[in-house]
This record gives sequence, structure tokens and C-alpha cells, in this order.
Amino acid sequence: MTAIIAKRLLAAIPVLVGLSVIVFLMIALIPGDPATAILGSYATPENVARLNADLGLDKTLPQQYLAWISSVLQGDFGRSYALNRPVIDIVLERFSATLLLAGAALILATIFGLLAGIVSAVRQFGLADKTITLVVLIGISVPSFWLGLILILFFAVRIQLFPASGMVAIYGGGGPLDILHHLVLPAVTLAVVATGVIARLTRTAMLEVLRQDYIRTARAKGLSERRVIYRHAFMAALVSVIPVIGIQAGFVLGGAVYIETVFQWPGVGAMLVNAISQRDILLVQGGVLVVAASYVLFNLAADVCQTLLDPRLK
Amino acid sequence: MTTAATDTEAPPQAGRTQRSERPSTLALLLNNRLAAAGLVILGVIVATALAAPILPLDDPNATNPAGRLAPLFSEGHILGTDALGRDTLSRLIWGARVSLAVGFSASVIAAVVGSAIGLVAGYAGGRTDQIMMRLIDMLMAFPYILLALAIVAILGPGLINALYAIAIVNVPFFARNIRGITIGLARREFVDAARLSGKGPLRILASDILPNVLPTIVITLSTTVGWMILETAGLSFLGLGAQPPQADLGSMLGEGRKVLFTAPTISLVPGLMIFLIVMSINLIGDGIRDVLDPRLRSGALARPSFRTAILPDRARPASTIDPAATLDVKNLETQFRMGSEVYRAAGGIDLRIARGECLGLVGESGSGKSVTAMSLMGLVPSPPGVIAGGLIGFKGEDLADAPDKRIRELRGGAVSHVFQDPLATLHPLFPVGDQLVEAIRAHQRIGKSEAETKAKDLLALVRIPNPEARMKALPHELSGGLRQRVSIAMALANDPELIIADEPTTALDVTVQAQVLRLMDDLRRERDAAVLFITHDFGVVSEICERVAVMYAGRIVETGRTDEILKEPAHPYTRMLIDCVPIMGEPERRLDAVPGRPPPVNRLPPGCAFADRCPRAQADCRSGDIPLEKKRGSLEARCLHPLQPGESLT
Repeated sequence: MTAIIAKRLLAAIPVLVGLSVIVFLMIALIPGDPATAILGSYATPENVARLNADLGLDKTLPQQYLAWISSVLQGDFGRSYALNRPVIDIVLERFSATLLLAGAALILATIFGLLAGIVSAVRQFGLADKTITLVVLIGISVPSFWLGLILILFFAVRIQLFPASGMVAIYGGGGPLDILHHLVLPAVTLAVVATGVIARLTRTAMLEVLRQDYIRTARAKGLSERRVIYRHAFMAALVSVIPVIGIQAGFVLGGAVYIETVFQWPGVGAMLVNAISQRDILLVQGGVLVVAASYVLFNLAADVCQTLLDPRLK
Repeated sequence: MTTAATDTEAPPQAGRTQRSERPSTLALLLNNRLAAAGLVILGVIVATALAAPILPLDDPNATNPAGRLAPLFSEGHILGTDALGRDTLSRLIWGARVSLAVGFSASVIAAVVGSAIGLVAGYAGGRTDQIMMRLIDMLMAFPYILLALAIVAILGPGLINALYAIAIVNVPFFARNIRGITIGLARREFVDAARLSGKGPLRILASDILPNVLPTIVITLSTTVGWMILETAGLSFLGLGAQPPQADLGSMLGEGRKVLFTAPTISLVPGLMIFLIVMSINLIGDGIRDVLDPRLRSGALARPSFRTAILPDRARPASTIDPAATLDVKNLETQFRMGSEVYRAAGGIDLRIARGECLGLVGESGSGKSVTAMSLMGLVPSPPGVIAGGLIGFKGEDLADAPDKRIRELRGGAVSHVFQDPLATLHPLFPVGDQLVEAIRAHQRIGKSEAETKAKDLLALVRIPNPEARMKALPHELSGGLRQRVSIAMALANDPELIIADEPTTALDVTVQAQVLRLMDDLRRERDAAVLFITHDFGVVSEICERVAVMYAGRIVETGRTDEILKEPAHPYTRMLIDCVPIMGEPERRLDAVPGRPPPVNRLPPGCAFADRCPRAQADCRSGDIPLEKKRGSLEARCLHPLQPGESLT
């Protein structure tokens, strides 16, 4: 178990390094003078000169990267010029909100995606299958930012069941129940697409597995259909669905950008959109790096889960 | 992924008919009602967007502060006006034009760049491939939309930059898919031939490989275009794409959001349009994939049900079941129904096995012997399998009439199975001990620890060394011989009266095969169980079976006592099968199978099905129904010109 995790962690290191190089190159790739781009066009010449020296732009790119990555590893992502605060503070503050939202959405998507996929496969070509297939098709085609608005109009404005925006109530908010209350609409909206994708793949994986010889063996043993489907077939199908759930984590983390904007959820996504509009490049860089790195770690976790479920992969 | 379920019209297995009867791709696509609906919706939207300049529409950018926020169906503004008094319908059509143009352009760029990378990497291989694919993997390590945001952050907000960003993040999908196909193609003979003829790599890629990867490019494109339109609209919605006064559907939605509570339709209408576009593209994409992916077309993904379907009005023979026999099958007919084709895989089979007796069922692959054996307990996959007639007598009870509950009770209880390849037939994820315990507890009301003790005893019974430790082993950790012993142990778990063994030794090497055969023979005698032993190998039959039934093209062509059949068979086909068995010390003996192929069971010729391959065939062999008749001794054969004792084939 520990050996597996250690092995996967080692394998993730080159990915993380590559990721950091790409994120680092963001600054170098900006057309024109990076310092001006970072500080905005109203920056004083002295500030531009000082930032240029800070960024070490007189050195070669590999030297710049080493200097940058060593300060990143010490938690120094630079300062946001627009907010005049250390980037790391803002990103970490925002990231916890994103994790909560994305985590809730991913759990919803996994539960309902697996359920819908199994029912669809077991009732193949039946009414339930056709209905689920159609709903899934709508789910993966619907723009989440539009769906969010519809849900706000109905659940927040019309029947006033859930709040329309934010993470906590302005007066007396902040308790776990209050946050949960605010979480429902954005998490459901964010989960829709991932649910659809997971449902589709679960259905295919189940149908694939149900044709296998070992399912015939399970039936030949005289097991009940329930046991054949929910133990023998589902466990085998789950092995191929888990990596998909890992990939969906990326779509959910990315899709959070829209949902955070629509619901004014104080996460990294909404922060990134503002930072891009204000050309606050260091903040964008920090946000992208943290989210992307967490995605790598999440995939690693999915990988380990898959190995634990399927001992053949060891 | 939705497979044929989106296809409500045709049954899933409809495509598996003859190659020549296969309809064209476009016809199949149109046959799929949902895909056709998608084509119509998308067609109407694209046509309207293209025609925008010549349609009688208001200027989409003409503001009119006096007529702002007009509701739906107002005079002159069917869809109302926005916060600046601009006509929503006009803006919707012009906005759709921009969104479609941007989305399709991004798709084309991603497809061209990604396919080029995939082709080069897959064809060049080695170092080039490694470096290119590592870079692609790096891009894929980013959450999808986040990478697009990073690119927009570098390039700055704007519609064209958003287009580039979306194109770049989709490049990896094409690169990976195309590379996979190209690697396979680059090793094929026709590419070698092109290389030897002196063509350069670029020309080979363009003229020999590209045409073959085109379907994959189309499939990838059809599944990603929808996304790309959605994501470019998303970037515009966030204010990072189209900048005013330019508007696409996404930026209309973003702007309309500011007046969401007072005039919701202003943001809902462009969102609905995005949804319709993406949905119609996804419908078409599903249709294209169903048509181009032959595995889905063949209906291979149809789910087999608990039990083979049995025709309610199945043909029943006049004769009755003998209650004294363990197995007494009368005129069993099992069909595969694919579309309008009916394959009679088992066409009127009679089998009888007495208590403690072993009957060998022999034939080439495709002769219907496995289908016959799997029909007994309803294990033929349905769809497409159907039991269309006959009686399946088990100790006087007709199993074809038995309720599902009774079948479940018998399966693994009084009637058990041993299958061919134990690596495929044991569950790969569960320890073999657990699988044994499960088999025991499905039929005996005993606790877990008691069942575990029984399982260990069973493993010891089939002579598995160190059963305690093997209980925890997974199937892939055991050798082929040990795995098959586990299967046999599982079959013996509940003291069966009939064991159906479907080629149980075929996947094993010769020495292990002999051991397993001996084990099965001993256990059978010890427990006095009847065995139906399916094999294509007369060598195996001679070791274990008392009687033999030979099958050809879905029917039994000869049956009798093993020693008599082996010595002097009456049917020429049996003779040829026996001649295939290798004999120690005769290395020059012909080992190839019987020349020729059996006729397809959906188009059986009149008369004897073997006539075309038979050296003794005469004119009368090709008409009428030839009955299974007593020839001599215990031998019965379906042949008009049987071999006489001592007669050779030629």
C-alpha cells in the first residue's frame, strides 16, 4: 500500500515539474515587457525596473526558472499588484472554497453517475435506459452557466428555497449548515456534466463486463441477479470507471470557474477571471499552479484507488 | 457511449447480417432518429445564421433607450429587446453566427494541428514520439478550462484569443487518438510496400495513412465540436472572449445576467440557443460514432439476460421425458436471431445421459456443441439467443418450462459447469477462496467459516497443494492447471448430479490436460455424477467418455459407444475428425483440421450439410431430410452412404 503510493508519487514528480515549467513560461510568453504587463500600464518606471530585477529578467530562462521555483517551493508566489497582497495568501484562502464546491460536485456526480449508469445498463433498451440516456444527453449538452441562472431563477427567486449567491449569509452566516445551504445550487449545477459523463461510461463499462465469461460463471453458480450485477459486474466495471472520475475532477475544477462566477462563490475560479481581466498575471500564475497541482494529486489518488481495487495492476 | 440505445428504431443486433447487405453510413445515420433530428436542428440554425445578412432583421447594434427591456412577443420585437433597446432576435441570430464561426474554426484548428502531431509522432515513433507525447501529456495534466484561462491570460482577453485557447486545449485529444491509430497502421504491409516503392514519409502519411485515420478524426471531431462551441461561449460569458460591441451567444448571456431578475429572457434565450446547438451536435456525434464504430454496430454490447429467452409457443415433440435418465434432451432447437436472420445453432438435438455416465459431445468450432450445452441451463446469451423448441429433461422435469427460481436453484447445485478458459471464467478481482465460498453459500445455509472449511476441503479434493494459502490467491496468480482445478472444485461444491464441462482442458498444456482429465474421471466415478463433456478432440474423448455424440452444423450426425465409434465410425465426418488426432510415434500424420468449412447455419443446404466436404457424397445426399438411423451395433448415423467396417475414406 505505502509502496504503491510512493511509486505513484515518484511518477507524478516529472508531471509536476513539467506543469511548473509551463506555468512559469506564462510570464515569458506574454507579448511585450513582462514587468509592464504585470504592473499594468500605469506603473512608474522605477517600479518596472525593480520588478524586472526581482524577476531576474537579465538572467537566462533556466536560471530564472530555478530562482522562481525555489521561491514557489518556499511559498513565495510574488505579490498581487491589484490587491497588494501576497499571491499565496489570496490563492489559499480562495482555494478552500473551490475545493469545497468541486468536492461536493464530484461526490454528487460519482454517486448519481454510477447509479444512473448501472440502472441504464441493467435495463438496457428499456424505458428507464432510454429516459436516462436522454437526460444524460441533455446534461452533457447544457451550458452550466446557463443552467445555473435557471436554477437561481427558480430555486432562489421563485420558490426561495436556496440563496442565489455567495457562500455565507451576510447576517449571522458562516455556520456549517449555512454554508451547506449556499452550497446546494452551485454544487448541483457543477455536478450535472460530470454526472452525465460518468453515467455514460458506467453504462458502457457495465455492458462490457456483463458479456464477460466470469459473469456467466457467476450465473452458472446459481447466484441471484442482484449479486451478479452489484457485486460481480459492478466491481469489475468500477475499475475502469475510476480513472474517468479522476479525469472528471479536472473538468469539475475547471468548470468551477463558471459556477463561481454565476453564484459569486468566493473560489479560485472567480478570482482567476477577475485577475485575467485586470492583467494581474502573478495572481493568475499562482492560482493556475495550485489548482493544476491539486488536479495531478487527485489523479494520483484515483490511480492508487484503482490499483487497490484491481490487484492485477500491481 | 450511449451506444445503440439512442437508436430507438432498429434492434441492436440488426447490423450483424451479411457484409453485402450492410446499408451505407449515411443511410444508417439517417435511420437513427435522434441523429436525424440533430441534423435537422443544426441545419436550420446554421442556415439561419448564414442567411443573417439577407434576412429582414433589425440592426443588432442599433440602440433605442426608449424601447429598452421590451418583453417577449412585443410589437416589432418577437423576442423583446435588451437593456440598450437592441432587438434580441437579431442579436441572437448574429450572435449564433459568431459563436458557430468561432467554434467550428477552433475545431478545425485543433483537428488539423492535433492530427498532424498524432500522425508524425505515430509514424516516426522512437524519440520523436516520446518527446511529442510527453508534451501532450503535460497539456492534459491541466484541468481543461484552466489551461484555456491561462492561455487567455497570456494573450489577453478577446474573441480570437479565446478561439486559440480553446483550439490549443483540444489539440491533445486529436493527437492522442490519431497517434494510437497511426502506430498500428505504420507497421502494416501496405505501408511497408509504399516505403519500399521509394515514397517519402510525408507522401506516405498523406496518401496511405491519412485516408485510414480519417474516420477517427471524424469521430473525435464529432465528439469535441460541441464542447468547443460551449467553451468559447463560456469564455465570452466570463468576459474573456467577445468584447463589446462585438457579441456572441456567450457574451449576450453574460451581459443579460446583469438584468437577470428584471428581464430573465435576455439571458435565457441565448443560453437556450447554445444548448440547442451543442445538443444537436452531440446527437449527430453519437450517431456518427454508432455508425463508424463497428463494435457498437454489431450489437456486441447487448446485455445478456439472466436466462436464455424461451419462445412461449415453442415446438414440443410428441415424445415424453424419461424420468430415469439424468439428462434427456428431446429435439432441442436453439437459434440466434439477428435482425431478420435466423441462425439455427442447435437444430433439433436429442441427448440422453444416464446416472454416472459420461457423454462426449464432439465437433469442430461452430458446430453448435457449446450452444447445445449452454442451452440446458439457459446460459446462452439472450439477445440474440432463443430456445425455439424441444424439451430439456432433467430427472423427469422439463427445464425449458421451469420457472427462473428453479433454474437458479439448479445452477451450481444439482447441475454445475466447468468452462474452457479459467482465466476468463473466474472473476479476476476476487480471491479464488471467496469465489468458492460464494458458490457453496449460494446453495447451502451455512456460516462463513464453515463454508471456508468446506472450500479448503474442496481445494484439497482436487489436489491443489497447500489449499490454505491458495484460498487467498487471485486467479491470475495461479497457473492454468491450478485455475482449472479451482473451477472443478467450484463445480463439485454442491454435490452435482450433472456436470456440464465445456472444453475444460483445451486451454491447458498436454501434461496438465492429462492430469485434469484423470481427476475429473476419478471424481465422477467417486460421486456417480453424470457428465456432458464437450470437446473437439477425439483423443480426450477416448480417455473419459463412455458414449459420444458428434455434431455438425447444429445437428447430431453420429452417436454410439466410444470404442465402436473410434474403431469404425459410420459417418465420413466422424472418420475425418478421428484422423485429426495425433498419435505418438507417427509424426508425419496429417494434423490439419478437416478441409473446407461448415455451411452457415442460417443457410443450410437441403439434404446432408456435410455433402460439400464429403468425398463420398452422391446426388441423393443433396435433397430431403436425412434421419439419424441405426447403422450397426450401438452406432446411429445421419448418412445415406455410411462407411462399412474396415472401409477407408478414399
